[in-house]
Amino acid sequence: MSLKVDIVFTLNGAAVRASISAGASALAVLREQFDLAGAKLACGEGECGACTIIVDGLSLNGCLMPAVDLDGRRVETVEGLWRETGLDPVQRAFIEAGAIQCGFCTPGMVMQARHLIDRNPRASEAEIRRGLEGNICRCTGYRKIVDAIIAASRAARP
Amino acid sequence: MVLPQQLNPGAFDDYVGATSVEAGVRALADGKGTPVAGGTDLWLQKDLGVKPSGSRLVNIRRIASLRGIEERGGRIRVGALATMTDVLDSDLLRRLAPVLPATADRFASVQIRNVATIGGNIVNASPAADFVVPLLCLDAEVELACWRGEKVATRRLPLAELLVGPGRTRREPSELLTSVHFATPPADFHAAFCKSGPRPALEIARVSLCLAGRRAARRLTCVRLALGAVAPTPVRCRQTENMLEGAALDEGTIRRALDSLESEIAPIDDVRSSAWYRRHLARTYLEEELRRVVEG
Repeated sequence: MSLKVDIVFTLNGAAVRASISAGASALAVLREQFDLAGAKLACGEGECGACTIIVDGLSLNGCLMPAVDLDGRRVETVEGLWRETGLDPVQRAFIEAGAIQCGFCTPGMVMQARHLIDRNPRASEAEIRRGLEGNICRCTGYRKIVDAIIAASRAARP
Repeated sequence: MVLPQQLNPGAFDDYVGATSVEAGVRALADGKGTPVAGGTDLWLQKDLGVKPSGSRLVNIRRIASLRGIEERGGRIRVGALATMTDVLDSDLLRRLAPVLPATADRFASVQIRNVATIGGNIVNASPAADFVVPLLCLDAEVELACWRGEKVATRRLPLAELLVGPGRTRREPSELLTSVHFATPPADFHAAFCKSGPRPALEIARVSLCLAGRRAARRLTCVRLALGAVAPTPVRCRQTENMLEGAALDEGTIRRALDSLESEIAPIDDVRSSAWYRRHLARTYLEEELRRVVEG
């Protein structure tokens, strides 16, 4: 039986607490204990990015993050992008560009896009493509995904 | 759905979140600790069923003194917790040792670079560890800390001596790798890193190579050549370095250097590549890099 550790963190803007297994991944805790099914387990090896979440402003693979290290941190998942005013501009851009086929990679793509735009709203198309190297779409709909991120980053420029 | 984390929750019976080197090495002192920072290697290996080295999980990621990249007295120190993103964004390294940001740029993906650390890349001791290859060319040393005589004791050893084989180093279970050090390269220092994998990103190298030295008039002096994924650890190729040292890089020298390199490495057949293809890649990369030196 694995050791339980109590952690406190900020999840999509709200303070939360949890008792988690010391060997758990952040992804397992978000999905199983908080019922946030947006971030997906696909490869489980950090290759595909379906589990991408943003922690303290940096995107990472939730499947490879020790859940114990969530303690005290600010965690954002795709569920947190929705605001009183509606969908996040990145989500709207994905819909408008038709950047979704089966949708399984979409939450990870959207979170990575959010990270890329927050870091550099003036990124070139080449930089955006490189920034998506850790996200795989097996429907191979990359063209429209890149179009959506270009549109969202244009809208984000001051 | 059954998550791999539920199949292999890891047999940890204790957890320590360290915020100082002292707290970190005290938690490792009995040799029963498994240090973790980014987790990108450890969590993957754990999910694949590899038993962690110790049953006490020691989170070192919040030890602030192990961060940072600085130069002092002609030497550069990279803290063990510097992430690949920190290296990629470091103005100091871009100026003084640009081969390290160039290597970080070829490392995995944004998501992994944001959390994977230099220290982790070293102590994970993969034969294909990207970052170790240029660090060997910089003659890097590592600092290890442990708790001895009621205080933190440190020792330094060359990176090349730390590495023993796949997954094995001379780090004692009670020790924490705290930093990497190397002499600031001279202004005419040239170093280039290249690697091959199945796709441009997130590739575990089939072969990686770093050629370095002081460049003057189509020659290299202080030649350093290191390769990854062609031996049980990343290796320096001293015989080929000696052959290239100060030599005019004409066709004959290049040919002899490629033959020398091939005789000096011992690649294996595995799931990522075959030995003969690795030899071919090693020759090709060295030839390309030597021609780049010639062309200036």
